[in-house]
Amino acid sequence: MFTYFTSLPPAIAQGIIWGIMAIGVYLTYKILDMADLTVDGSICTGMAVCTVLIVKAGTPTWVGILCAMLAGMLAGLVTGIFHTAFGIPPILSGILTQLILWSVNLKIMGGTSNVGYPFNKEFFISTSALGMTLLYLVLIVALIIGVFYWFFGTELGSAVRATGCNLNMSRAQGINTDRTKVLGLVISNGIVALSGAILSLFLGFSDANAGRGAIVIGLAAVIIGEALFSRFTKNNFALKLTAVVAGGVIYYIVYQTVIFLGLDTTYLKLLSALLVAVFLGLPYWKKKYLGKHEKKKEAKKHA
Amino acid sequence: MLELNNVRKTFNIGTINEKKALCGLNLHLNPGDFVTVIGGNGAGKSTMLNAVAGVWPIDEGEIIIDGVNVNKLCEDKRAKYLGRVFQDPMNGTAATMEIQENLAIAARRGSRRTLKWGISRKEKDEYRELLKILDLGLEDRMTAKVGLLSGGQRQALTLLMASIKKPKILLLDEHTAALDPKTAAKVLEISQKLIDENNLTAMMVTHNMKDAIAYGNRLVMMHEGRIIFDVSGEEKKKLTVDALIQKFSQTSGEEFSNDRALLN
Repeated sequence: MFTYFTSLPPAIAQGIIWGIMAIGVYLTYKILDMADLTVDGSICTGMAVCTVLIVKAGTPTWVGILCAMLAGMLAGLVTGIFHTAFGIPPILSGILTQLILWSVNLKIMGGTSNVGYPFNKEFFISTSALGMTLLYLVLIVALIIGVFYWFFGTELGSAVRATGCNLNMSRAQGINTDRTKVLGLVISNGIVALSGAILSLFLGFSDANAGRGAIVIGLAAVIIGEALFSRFTKNNFALKLTAVVAGGVIYYIVYQTVIFLGLDTTYLKLLSALLVAVFLGLPYWKKKYLGKHEKKKEAKKHA
Repeated sequence: MLELNNVRKTFNIGTINEKKALCGLNLHLNPGDFVTVIGGNGAGKSTMLNAVAGVWPIDEGEIIIDGVNVNKLCEDKRAKYLGRVFQDPMNGTAATMEIQENLAIAARRGSRRTLKWGISRKEKDEYRELLKILDLGLEDRMTAKVGLLSGGQRQALTLLMASIKKPKILLLDEHTAALDPKTAAKVLEISQKLIDENNLTAMMVTHNMKDAIAYGNRLVMMHEGRIIFDVSGEEKKKLTVDALIQKFSQTSGEEFSNDRALLN
């Protein structure tokens, strides 16, 4: 049992990091109403750029993180251009960019799929100083949520929200919806790559395979956060984003628990995907079932 | 205010679904005109409004709004000249956003959207006064999500959003067709009020002959992508539903077969 509890703080830290990524997913999935699969690639791009810059170019940590973010934004821009200028559906646009990024990430890492930080190098995010790491992570999350809260309250941010809600209305109100969609994708993938950079510092390496299924983890965090906390978040945007990060943390605690209980880790992705599928199915089943119910009631009324 | 010169539009060219929607359409609107547009299904009424709004480019002809040729302007660029209300009440507003946020978005139609805060305190006061005009009690629910409103309330809000920037032309595309008769009457009354107060030039597509006669200073009837009947002033005031139906079969040489119009 002791080992279980000592394994929790790292799990929480990793949960927060994936929670940051989930904020990016929230932006595309919930606000823009499109599933953006770019994230599976852009999280690795974030890892790779950060690691390579720090290890091979010797830049300060913050430069590595900042450049990782910019690289992620560029990836989002590519997906956005595929979608708006090429007319490719968003899901396929994301898949194409994801594939492009596979090559790009390997190239960034010099042809290998795994690059590590030197063991003697200490960062502000690390497994060896968990207390401080958690504190920094919470501060970073607070900063991101603050910036999001501000941005989506501005004229431009409101236009992005309107675009995701109603394309017709947005165009009728003079919003260039292509531009707002691209902007959303750029910001989202910037955040995802940022979380990738932080993840690489935390894990001590970057891996070309680390992003596989990232979108599913992000969606899981969004869904868990919504299912558990929607009662408390009401309509407050900042609280909703906090719930998303909390969803990421809970996901990782469950993950850690399942591993502790001795589950074959090979099945973890299978379970995550099934969990997300069921939760995505719930509203559909609810509508179908309740829809029937209503129809019956209606029929009775008219009888 | 609006000039449509020989506008042509064909959908699905070269397929079995080819449809000549607008066939040399000509229409000139004077400032302050309130035109009601009637015609059978597929006559091109909504297509004409969409052509003006720039939903897709036209094949031929020119569209001039207040002296500006807008042929090359896409939908969101043209929006600064226009106010639009759609048939489906869900189409004109953003359901997940607040009433005041929807108005704030409409108030920035045609201007650059910056990183300034999306709605100012001064605006909120203005919007409260504007919402009072609707007489639906929405002024007390400014932070409510639009998705909570009824179809009629949403349509009224869309009207307010459409007229908030005093558009050159207000386009009403069967905007009461999805509402129950009582709500439809209320929304029409609000439309008239907003048009009068803001001195707007407006085009209203409707299937309701009585409304078409009762509202506006001018009535046009469309058939097969062009205007076959155009009446205004005193002559329009004297119109009756029967006379209109007769006019239709006379000019188009066909029985007026639109049940929806007859029932009204």
